[in-house]
Amino acid sequence: MMRLFKSAMVIARRDYIATVWSRSFLFFLLGPLIMGTFGGVLGNIGNRVDEAALRPSVAVIADANDAAPVRAAYDRLNGQVNGLPDLRIVAPTGKPDAQAQSLLADGTKSATIVLADWQTKPRLIGPQGQIDALTPDIRLILEAVATDGALKARGVTRPEITLATTAVEPTRTDTSANRHVVARMGQLILFVLTLMLAGMLLSNLVEEKSNKVIEVLAAAVPVDAIFLGKMVAMLSVSLTGIAIWGGILAGGVIARFGGGGVPAPAVGWGVFAVLGVLYFVMNYMILGGLFLGIGAQASTVREVQTLSMPVTMAQLAIFALGSAVVNDVDTPLGLTAALFPLSSPIAMIARAAQDGALWPHLLALLWQSLWVALIIRFAARRFRKGVLMSGAQRRPFWRRKTAA
Amino acid sequence: MSKGREFVVQSDYAIEAKGLVKRFGDTLAVDGIDLRIPTGSIYGVLGPNGAGKTTTLRMLLGIIDPDSGERHVLGHKRPLEAAPLVGYLPEERGLYPSMASRDAIAFMGALRGLPLKEGRRRADLLLEEHGLGHAAKRPIRTLSKGMAQTVQLLGCILHEPRVIVLDEPFSGLDALNQGRLEGLIRRQRENGATILFSTHVIAHAERLCERIAIIAGGKVRFEGQVDEARDRLRPQVRLRTRATEGAWRSAIPDDARLDGSDWRFELPASGIEPLLKALVDGNAGIESLSIERPGLHDAFVAIAGAEAAAEMEQPTQLEAAA
Repeated sequence: MMRLFKSAMVIARRDYIATVWSRSFLFFLLGPLIMGTFGGVLGNIGNRVDEAALRPSVAVIADANDAAPVRAAYDRLNGQVNGLPDLRIVAPTGKPDAQAQSLLADGTKSATIVLADWQTKPRLIGPQGQIDALTPDIRLILEAVATDGALKARGVTRPEITLATTAVEPTRTDTSANRHVVARMGQLILFVLTLMLAGMLLSNLVEEKSNKVIEVLAAAVPVDAIFLGKMVAMLSVSLTGIAIWGGILAGGVIARFGGGGVPAPAVGWGVFAVLGVLYFVMNYMILGGLFLGIGAQASTVREVQTLSMPVTMAQLAIFALGSAVVNDVDTPLGLTAALFPLSSPIAMIARAAQDGALWPHLLALLWQSLWVALIIRFAARRFRKGVLMSGAQRRPFWRRKTAA
Repeated sequence: MSKGREFVVQSDYAIEAKGLVKRFGDTLAVDGIDLRIPTGSIYGVLGPNGAGKTTTLRMLLGIIDPDSGERHVLGHKRPLEAAPLVGYLPEERGLYPSMASRDAIAFMGALRGLPLKEGRRRADLLLEEHGLGHAAKRPIRTLSKGMAQTVQLLGCILHEPRVIVLDEPFSGLDALNQGRLEGLIRRQRENGATILFSTHVIAHAERLCERIAIIAGGKVRFEGQVDEARDRLRPQVRLRTRATEGAWRSAIPDDARLDGSDWRFELPASGIEPLLKALVDGNAGIESLSIERPGLHDAFVAIAGAEAAAEMEQPTQLEAAA
């Protein structure tokens, strides 16, 4: 057993150094950062464009002079109240209803709602939904206009209010709903990272077979050690990437939100982070073991893609199962998800967010380790059975029966 | 001295195999092979492409398991347990293209249990010794084919193995490098290592091996010393006389054939003396008389058949790819 681990470490060390010291690793690191930055920038631009385009607009039918108090009250409130609609003053044509219809139907600068006769008997014209939504805002503006008028009539100026401020750290909100959010986020991150990073193992093994080193390795160390070494190497590469991405992301979150307002999981952030890493390791090793077994059977990238598709689809189904039990970790379905090796890490990270007990995690990690060993064993056996044969290329197993 | 050197082998045979059988689907690749490789010998496995040589070597090394039969390497029933004492050069050479030569060699040593630091030190020495000191830090991808093959061979002997298994080691090498490789094999044997190599080139086996196994169709057709294989055929006599007829003709065997002006026939069981006497007494006028010992190629044809011998002339995968 010692020799197996020592041999695995020799292979892991080489693969890790070869990967991390390559130019492609830099691109690997930059990929998600570039994607995230572009996504953020484009999203922000899109949001602003959408905000401007989707902001409701109120057309006030009145002469510019008559509407001056409305404009003044609106300008003052718009700096203090978020989400007020745009305001447009439109000179009256004498037929308010017809003019309102025309303003609502104007293709280029259509109003969401029209305010007519504001000085005598204010009237809103527009779709009922928009009337319901915008009435409070328009009432607020008209009340401010009326108040301004009354104060002016009495010769009183509007009082200036000065507010003293004391900043404190935001309070934590450890509610059940917030923990569900943490559980779902944990599952999503675990799933995406595993799926994204475990696939690297496939190409790694195919590359190894194509450069013929695999026979040198298989003659010197047990195939189990080769598989374990490759998984440890790729896992370490992944953890290096995650540490870098995670550091940048955490830095960004703390800089933006200060960290205090983020809801804490039931086990606390420190333990949750440790469990997150451990469950990622287990999820990666289980899925990676399956991928290695597949990679061992395939000799081309095309074959790898064909063979790995069912595993990827199954992983999606497993993620769906994990998501379904977030609210019910102690139900039979929740326990099944925790026991089934492929869904166990995803189900257990959700439990960590919602339940403070640690012993279930110890049991789960032992259980998952057992499956990692079994899957590596199985994949290694499949590999030794037929892959290292000399002579003509062997047909893939799914084509053998149909062979003439 | 590596840890491997401290291992004491009790058996007279470094490798023993009995009744090895391996089937791939419907193909019977190896059909009951028995082998015994004496410790400290150079042993050749000869056979045409597809004879089962590589599969046999892979089973002996524990890369694949036989369907039936057993093998022992340095007394270990599981060959991989003896891996730190074994060096292996596969037929399809494999090195990481981006690795520096010395690192590639040290890595191969580390796989066999040699610490990396010591591996690098030895790699530098070996590279220098074999005229590749200048390439120690160069990535494998920048080396010529012959240089890369030498690097892999050095990686296979770095940990001073007790058994060295070479699968078609001469494939893809030019005559100069083939000569160097023969020298290296002899030096390893002088240092006490047992060498087992497969080849489809009879000349290499004839020059290097003390014992050989001829494999064809997944079976061992002959196993023994090279001389024993050659002794299976009688020496050939080549005779040219000035006279064409005479009483002396009765001394020439009935199955003798005329090859141009020369008579050719197997040396009679009674030896050359009675024939010589008849030729002299009958005034045959001997122009030339030679007794030629059959080569290993002739022995191979006699043992494995002309078809297998013709297949031996076919290039290996490596040669075909070159």
